[in-house]
Amino acid sequence: MKVSVNVNGTAYERDVEPRKLLAYFLRDDLGLTGTHVGCDSSSCGCCVVMLDGEHAVKSCTMFAVQADGREVTTVEGLVQGGKLHPIQQAFTDCHGLQCGFCTPGMMLTSVAFLKQNPQPSESQIREALAGNLCRCTGYQNIVKAVQQAAAELSADKTAEPVAS
Amino acid sequence: MSTTEAPAERHALGKSMQRKEDSRLIAGKGRFLDDHVLPNMLFLAIVHSPYAHARIKKIDKTAALAVPGVKAVITADDLAGAGLAWIPTFHGYDKQMVLAVGKVLYQYQEVAGVVATSREAAFDGVEAVEVEYEPLDPVVDPYESKKDTILVREDRENKTNHIYHWEVGDRAKTDSALAGSEVAIKERLWFQRCHPAPLEPCGSIADMNPATGRLTLYITSQAPHAHRTVVSLVTGIPEDKIHLISPDIGGGFGNKVPVYAGYVVSAVASIVLGAPVKWVETRTENLTTTGFARDYHMDVEIGATKAGRVTALKVTTTADHGAFDAAADPTKYPAGLFGICTGSYDFPIAFTELDAYFTNKAPGGVAYRCSFRVTEASFAIERGMDLLASKLGMDPADLRLLNFIKKEQFPYPSPLGFVYDSGSYHETLNKALDKIGYRELRREQAEKRARGELMGIGISTFTEVVGAGPSKHFDIMGIKMFDSAEIRIHPTGSGIVRAGTKSQGQGHETTWAQIVAEELGLDPSNLMVEEGDTDTAPYGLGTYASRSTPVAGAALAMAARRVRDKAKKIAAHVLEVAEDDVEWKDYKFAVKGVPDKTVTMKEIAFAAYTNPGPNEPGLEATYYYDPPNLTFPYGAYIAVVDVDRATGETKVRRFLAIDDCGTVINPMIVEGQIHGGLTEGFAIAFMQEISFDQNGNHLQPNFTEYLIPTSLETPHWETDSTCTPSPHHPIGAKGVGESPNVGSPAAFVNAVMDALSPLGITNIDMPLTRDKVWRAIAATGK
Repeated sequence: MKVSVNVNGTAYERDVEPRKLLAYFLRDDLGLTGTHVGCDSSSCGCCVVMLDGEHAVKSCTMFAVQADGREVTTVEGLVQGGKLHPIQQAFTDCHGLQCGFCTPGMMLTSVAFLKQNPQPSESQIREALAGNLCRCTGYQNIVKAVQQAAAELSADKTAEPVAS
Repeated sequence: MSTTEAPAERHALGKSMQRKEDSRLIAGKGRFLDDHVLPNMLFLAIVHSPYAHARIKKIDKTAALAVPGVKAVITADDLAGAGLAWIPTFHGYDKQMVLAVGKVLYQYQEVAGVVATSREAAFDGVEAVEVEYEPLDPVVDPYESKKDTILVREDRENKTNHIYHWEVGDRAKTDSALAGSEVAIKERLWFQRCHPAPLEPCGSIADMNPATGRLTLYITSQAPHAHRTVVSLVTGIPEDKIHLISPDIGGGFGNKVPVYAGYVVSAVASIVLGAPVKWVETRTENLTTTGFARDYHMDVEIGATKAGRVTALKVTTTADHGAFDAAADPTKYPAGLFGICTGSYDFPIAFTELDAYFTNKAPGGVAYRCSFRVTEASFAIERGMDLLASKLGMDPADLRLLNFIKKEQFPYPSPLGFVYDSGSYHETLNKALDKIGYRELRREQAEKRARGELMGIGISTFTEVVGAGPSKHFDIMGIKMFDSAEIRIHPTGSGIVRAGTKSQGQGHETTWAQIVAEELGLDPSNLMVEEGDTDTAPYGLGTYASRSTPVAGAALAMAARRVRDKAKKIAAHVLEVAEDDVEWKDYKFAVKGVPDKTVTMKEIAFAAYTNPGPNEPGLEATYYYDPPNLTFPYGAYIAVVDVDRATGETKVRRFLAIDDCGTVINPMIVEGQIHGGLTEGFAIAFMQEISFDQNGNHLQPNFTEYLIPTSLETPHWETDSTCTPSPHHPIGAKGVGESPNVGSPAAFVNAVMDALSPLGITNIDMPLTRDKVWRAIAATGK
């Protein structure tokens, strides 16, 4: 089946088996290996990507063909203009990653969440991340990273009108 | 000597340097096993047994071979042709099937491999392999296994499920001391079977180059050199024809130490088919077939005086090893370092023995985020001490303070044969008690108890034993457990550092650079660390059992000192003085007595290639470090919990971890390790168990049943430290990554049992799910 999808700002058209999962389409067909697969049951969240710039979805729960006509953001699309996204900077600043396997999914979930809730409380962050498993960090520094990114993104927003 | 004074300002050690590995990992540019794609690569998928115990009557490959894309179906018969139907287990006392030979011994055992042109085609092929089984009754309980009614291993000469007996200490004196003790406790504690479950599953890519005869193996390996040697010994392929690469690893926790069927079958398939073959396991395959941990049933007995002085310890263990004796323990230590079960206490006499049995379950017994069997031992003693405190009617903190090994007793020879290097146990527990407000919490608890509320405080003051190990005692397959480092300093003062270890998230690229930078006065950000490639790294035994910092960390410091010794000769030439007149001071070479006549290491690096004088040019060194002793990190952990009487649910209100791992290389990384280890300990205490029904069906084959704590239920962790450096380690470091997983389960369980003590409940085996706790409360009728 034909699938047309915009990934990280680039349009792709590919012929795929209907059963191919979006996660494997991104990894195997587009070579975007930053999206990881850690389980068979949509439990771990390592494969989370952002759909249409706002929804965090586990890309192992979608077929590639379901992404037809949609926009997908993966971890490779977070850097803008050579600059780290505030969530990437925050994960490294706060030591929010160790092995790094869950990190792309964690960051994409966080980016989508902060769009919906720009100034979340700690418990709201913990609830938002509950679909993403981490075996290394114990989450405490991940929560800190999301708080730092939230502050950074809010500051950017308030700075914008002044700049323009 | 006080050991808790703030260290003097250092160049690179003790600093929370941001991690060098992060830049690629936050960009999605890490290179994990499954991210590698080779030309014409084929995919391997595995056929698994639905039965826990069954004879294989027939395997029919016909339909599978007809599936589009399928290139080969491999069974044990095919492996037998290559002499690979069975492979030795790590310590060499047993052998294990690669693919089932004649019968299957556990559910999900690997029966056949299907190689195809795509991942999907390989799984289609798996569905089409027809296997005819004759089911047999399984044995899943080690106490049933003891009866030998059902024999798991017909292939062995001895027709028994008993694998071995191991003991250490003085049985007669211990029994007599226990019999004569004024107070004694005895309790059976089960440390349940659990699984390390790193988020990245295991996998391999085998790439035999038919022209050169060289086999390149990408493996999710915590021990690349050991695996290369195993492959060579088992296959007969010369070791120089094997290139093993362990790429970025998405967590290991001991799970990526053993050799798995997929690795072997992918290698055989690549050799036979002349193309690269990739195998990446599913989560179900990971949880059901790869190395489990724990599963020790421990009878703990402690004798004491009425005043609370401990007089004797005995631990008698029944170990469930599954279908093969594949525990990855050092050869001379079949039960690992379980002899650490006397813990932090000054026992005059002790004895421990263990009998291991086969059952129809997957093999393993890996050191899951702990040194070999140290978690089980720590759990036994720390639970035992609380049971004793309860029997004596004594506060568990006071009982510990009364029985701790005193600071002046170090180096302390334990009754079970270790010589503890250093510790300041009273100081660390007192710091924890003060910091958490222990006495105030006890007052609050008394008030709550008066109202019928269930609040508990649990202490664990564990001592670990890590850093295997000294070559006179420690080997795996005969290979001594030293580790290694190689340092090359480039002319412009940057360099490359290589080690025989392999980080799986521990941050070696940063901490190894800090160790070397500290010794050489160079910038750690310009010291590139490389591990995991057997063609370039010096030989080492790998990263597990908290051995990296105690062993390889020492090798790095010693290699750096060799570089410094060489640099000193060149410095003498550059400074135009005799070598004896040069000293290393404030991270520079200076002429003694002429403090402003100095030269930096960076300048010497350039001179080593441009103006070495009479010295051999270049600036590099290698060091193989054989540790003189193990290291003994320890900690004092306190958990505060509230148990809901109506639902059995436990809320961990506070958890304080004071760790003493000696010299700290990077406080940020140490804290991160502790957070992670505590979370894994929390999971084991409250959520996780690999269990089986009576037919041997695995009941937690996925993350929907084998629960990993999420951000929601994970408690907030409070951490702090004391610092008692190891006297025998070059930089005084002891290792830390595993302490929190070793020490925390007992703190959680002690807290819950403390909460339940007004109801007369003394023990519930982990995991303390709300269902189990509720049932225990209900059974009391209170």
